[in-house]
Amino acid sequence: MSTHADYRISQLDQLEAESIHIFREAAAEFEKPVLMFSGGKDSIVMMRLAEKAFFPAKLPFPVLQVDTGYDFPEVLATRDHWVDRLGVRLVIASVEEAIANGIVIDDGRTSRNRLQIGTLLNAIEEEGFTAAFGGGRRDEEKARAKERIYSHRDEFGQWDPKNQRPELWALYNGRLHEGEHMRVFPLSNWTELDIWHYIAREQIEIPSIYFAHRRRVIPRDGMLLSESEHVQPRDGETVEERLVRFRTVGDMTLTGCVDSDADTLEKIIAEIAVARVTERGATRGDDRFSEAAMEDRKKEGYF
Amino acid sequence: MTSQTDGASAADALIERDADLLRFATAGSVDDGKSTLIGRLLLDSKAIFEDQLEAVEATSQSRGYDYTDLALLTDGLRSEREQGITIDVAYRYFATPKRKFIIADTPGHVQYTRNMVTGASTADLGLVLVDARQGLTEQSRRHAVLLSLLRVPHLVLAVNKMDLVDYDRKIFEKIDEEFTTFASRLNIPDLQAIPISALQGDNVVTRSDKMGWYEGPSLMHHLEHLHIASDRELRDVRFPVQYVIRPKSDQYHDYRGYAGQVAGGVLKPGDEVLVLPSGMTSKIEAIDYFDSQIPEAFAPMSVVVRLADDVDVSRGDMICRTRNAPEQTQDIDAMVCWMTNAPLRPRAKLAIKHTTRTARALVKDVQYRLDVNTLHRDQGVGELGLNEIGRVQLRTTQPLMVDPYERNRTTGSFILIDEATGVTVGAGMING
Repeated sequence: MSTHADYRISQLDQLEAESIHIFREAAAEFEKPVLMFSGGKDSIVMMRLAEKAFFPAKLPFPVLQVDTGYDFPEVLATRDHWVDRLGVRLVIASVEEAIANGIVIDDGRTSRNRLQIGTLLNAIEEEGFTAAFGGGRRDEEKARAKERIYSHRDEFGQWDPKNQRPELWALYNGRLHEGEHMRVFPLSNWTELDIWHYIAREQIEIPSIYFAHRRRVIPRDGMLLSESEHVQPRDGETVEERLVRFRTVGDMTLTGCVDSDADTLEKIIAEIAVARVTERGATRGDDRFSEAAMEDRKKEGYF
Repeated sequence: MTSQTDGASAADALIERDADLLRFATAGSVDDGKSTLIGRLLLDSKAIFEDQLEAVEATSQSRGYDYTDLALLTDGLRSEREQGITIDVAYRYFATPKRKFIIADTPGHVQYTRNMVTGASTADLGLVLVDARQGLTEQSRRHAVLLSLLRVPHLVLAVNKMDLVDYDRKIFEKIDEEFTTFASRLNIPDLQAIPISALQGDNVVTRSDKMGWYEGPSLMHHLEHLHIASDRELRDVRFPVQYVIRPKSDQYHDYRGYAGQVAGGVLKPGDEVLVLPSGMTSKIEAIDYFDSQIPEAFAPMSVVVRLADDVDVSRGDMICRTRNAPEQTQDIDAMVCWMTNAPLRPRAKLAIKHTTRTARALVKDVQYRLDVNTLHRDQGVGELGLNEIGRVQLRTTQPLMVDPYERNRTTGSFILIDEATGVTVGAGMING
């Protein structure tokens, strides 16, 4: 942190201080919190903030990952490095297992992303987590713009946007009834660019797929999907090798990459700064089906 | 499109590393052009992306508008679009190379007071929008009253739709004068009036050549250059203990640190400190920020304080200086904004959260209700309804370490929680 002679700290330091405050507040007030880790850059920044919030103690909560079965191997490798280094317990909620156990139904049409919801809620219920830290940011999407930092979920895991608790100053209300839980969003006030500046400043290890690399991709619906055992060219589609990087990281079948030669953090920041399309609009199949896609998923209990 | 989004270089969009943060609250109805103004600030600072812009262009066309309705950019949830209203406080973000901005955008009609108070609670600046054709309305006065009550230190009066009054200097000056007279009855340390046209972009980002008579800054220039560092509380040391860090590891066997976010003053190692409510004194041994020790800490830094003596400190305690302590009291006198349907009445029992301490509170008295339009105090009403503000006396089960809200917005504020429903039902500002 760099401080100024006139007792000012930079906006990035202010965001960090606010996030650390939120982590400590939730860790103090909730009986059983958990950090939801997706492997993406936002959840890695969350790990870093949690590390800072409780240092020199370890994180006072475990890390939960919903394994879609379609995750990028590079992302899982980064996850393992972080979990090892911080010495935290990792809880894996597997979508495949949830399907096998009949917790969610794979009808062949529903995306893995959507099946994550039931899997996640089941894991929260089974483990009895009362608070789940999520990496959602308000700049991401219009449904998020109105979400509280402490976002209350009923016993069905649902979010009721019309009936949210007022949130004033930095006074968070963590009251819960039996079976309810809280989603806690320490990154609410961060923007995509803030995340990248912070990653660069803190020299945070992120999955290699965020950096430009050569990859075999299939152009589909205006997106570039990575060729894999789960994504194969359909009739009339071609596989091309291109220089690409990922702007968001999720399920392989839905997350597209973008043409880019940004192979360093500095180049990524420069690219983001002039980007003219939102990260979700560019690369997330899940948000493109309808204008209110995120709103609907959030109401059901999505991250 | 009526905007001029000329191609700024990549460097322009890169925020400087030591750029600071300004939070501002806006309130008003669609008619005032508030959404158009926000849309323009977002668009001109490149916080709007092509896919978002294309979506609103398509919507504008399908509705048969002559121009792109920037107000659509801030349209929120589907349920709101269907009903054509804004439900709640929305947060928007944009940055210029100098500063990052967080806008708390609150709707003008439903749940008006509750949302405005929420948005203003964290704001450094309040933006009051007035339609130049209509002049000051009851609503614009109410905005100013609430912003002053929430001690938002800076206020901008944006007189909008100047294009519809032929950029008439006299109209602007009349509104400015009238507002300044009204504001003199309030506590507003800094006021700037700016004539603008959100739709045409006049005086929003760049100064307009249509209002040569106006010598002040454009809105964006004012937002970028406003001095906010001196708003911070640097005199009274206030450190509410949030969390006790005890690693219980071999390497940090005896480590015991008190984690929290500084709420006021400057803490330094070696300072004599007092811990409340226990009243024990000690010295700051070190201030830790992650894995390093730092020479001083001030608001809003989140740090860990270690004390030289083995005193008993836990969450909810307050660390301050020996000769400068907050008031320790179970009797709270405050202005309360009530946020739920069932009225607040004497003898109600509620949970109260003040800094990091939670207690229970009994409502002793509702002294008066403040009419936010006239500032008149309605005595003898005996209760507060939804979206009403009044002076309330509370008795708490535990002592709270408080300062007047006008002196410290962190140690002077609290929320009230209904213990049965768990809902936040009130927001309080402690009187001096």
